[in-house]
Amino acid sequence: MTTYFTREHEWIKVDGDTATVGITDHAQEALGDIVFTEVPEAGKQLAKGQEAAVVESVKAASDVYSPVSGEVIEGNQAVVDDSSLVNSDPEGEGWFFKIRMGDPGELDGMMDEGAYRDWVKTL
Amino acid sequence: MSDHDDQASGAEPQRLALDSWHRNHGGRMVEFAGYWMPVQFEGIMAEHLWTRENAGLFDVSHMGQLYLKGPEVDVALETLLPGEFQGLTDRKLRYSLLLDDSGGIIDDLMATRRGEDFYLVVNGATKHNDIEVMRQALPAGIYVDHMTSQALLALQGPKAADILEIIVPGVSGLGFMEGDAFHAFGHPLWISRSGYTGEDGFEISIPAVAAEALADALVADDRVKPIGLGARDSLRLEAGLPLYGHDLDRKTTPVMAGLTFAIQKRRRAEGGFPGAPRILAELEEGPVQKRVGFDVEGRQPVREGARVLDGEGNEVGKITSGGFSPSLQRPIAMGYVAAGLAEPGTGLKLEQRGKLFDGTVAPMPFVPHRYHRKGA
Repeated sequence: MTTYFTREHEWIKVDGDTATVGITDHAQEALGDIVFTEVPEAGKQLAKGQEAAVVESVKAASDVYSPVSGEVIEGNQAVVDDSSLVNSDPEGEGWFFKIRMGDPGELDGMMDEGAYRDWVKTL
Repeated sequence: MSDHDDQASGAEPQRLALDSWHRNHGGRMVEFAGYWMPVQFEGIMAEHLWTRENAGLFDVSHMGQLYLKGPEVDVALETLLPGEFQGLTDRKLRYSLLLDDSGGIIDDLMATRRGEDFYLVVNGATKHNDIEVMRQALPAGIYVDHMTSQALLALQGPKAADILEIIVPGVSGLGFMEGDAFHAFGHPLWISRSGYTGEDGFEISIPAVAAEALADALVADDRVKPIGLGARDSLRLEAGLPLYGHDLDRKTTPVMAGLTFAIQKRRRAEGGFPGAPRILAELEEGPVQKRVGFDVEGRQPVREGARVLDGEGNEVGKITSGGFSPSLQRPIAMGYVAAGLAEPGTGLKLEQRGKLFDGTVAPMPFVPHRYHRKGA
């Protein structure tokens, strides 16, 4: 399994043609206390860059865009039930959705973990 | 991921006296009202709850501190503000509103009588225009001093009085909306028992050079933590207090905003303040729109800009502030609705980014005030 990262602070963990998507630790830290999360339903078709989920902290609302195109397999009910999971375990249990990728070529050029962590330090 | 409302930035923000103090205490700095200010330290939720339980230290030095001197300042102030100032007792505060000629709100403020003079605290983002308005409208003999070398710190929360009493003996003798001169750290302080969180607390005007010494002395007490703008906003929203530029502006009047307590009896009888014909008519007949609170169904916050709709989908108002209430653990909001729909309990729809929410008009404050009223 390989994990990719975007400049929009999402991570994509790839297993075959399935990808799990969430927001990074840096992103949850920047958002602060998360009080509401909305994730896409299974079966939803997403284009790359399309709004896929909503995350709201005490102070602001943000959209999470799908980093790849495909069909949603599962939205994570656990983060809907308890949004603080996104703060406490953003790159683990706090994932947002799983998607069956339509075009794995979309991953080309995304950062790996080391490149992402180095880049975040420059922000 | 992207924020729904990215703020555009203009000129380089100014630095407050406590700028490096905030950074050293882990403050996350953002641009606000032309200054770098801490939006949060350990987190908005924790800071908010800490203030409601203990005591929070807020730097509000971006706000404008003005000192008005000259013959009959009280009479002159009454030509700009709808409050009773001639009859205001020495060292008492009064909440008031700077009005334009049509009764629209230019700013909201606190005015304290200090002998024959008046000390005003106005909002940071509006202070320069306020000063301009006052200097133009007040008689030539009245001098408006912008006290730019003063910092302003607020200590808010149920433990504030016990804590500040140790550093500034005698301060706990003040009642809510009273101020007085004190001395500490080799400097004169002006302290009032006031604030904008709904809690008991104090606002301390101190020479900027001594602000760090005061902040250090306060946080040395483990009941005090520094609090950022984020929690300041959620605290005042729970307290039902309007924020200028959001819940109040030139399009709102004191009557629409439910601030008629700021127009005392003699002023209602005599008028003589900007926009008096309209405001007195609104007092008589009721305003077209009213500021109200909303309980919001579900967990998702409904924020400023959301539309308020009636049962038929007609737009009947706007949300002007909204967020997640840390104390109540649910979303709350404030906004304006047509006067006929302003009764608590009225069910309305709130529309945000194409999604409808159920809202119910709610009495404010959402969280009861706990001011220290003398004799109470």
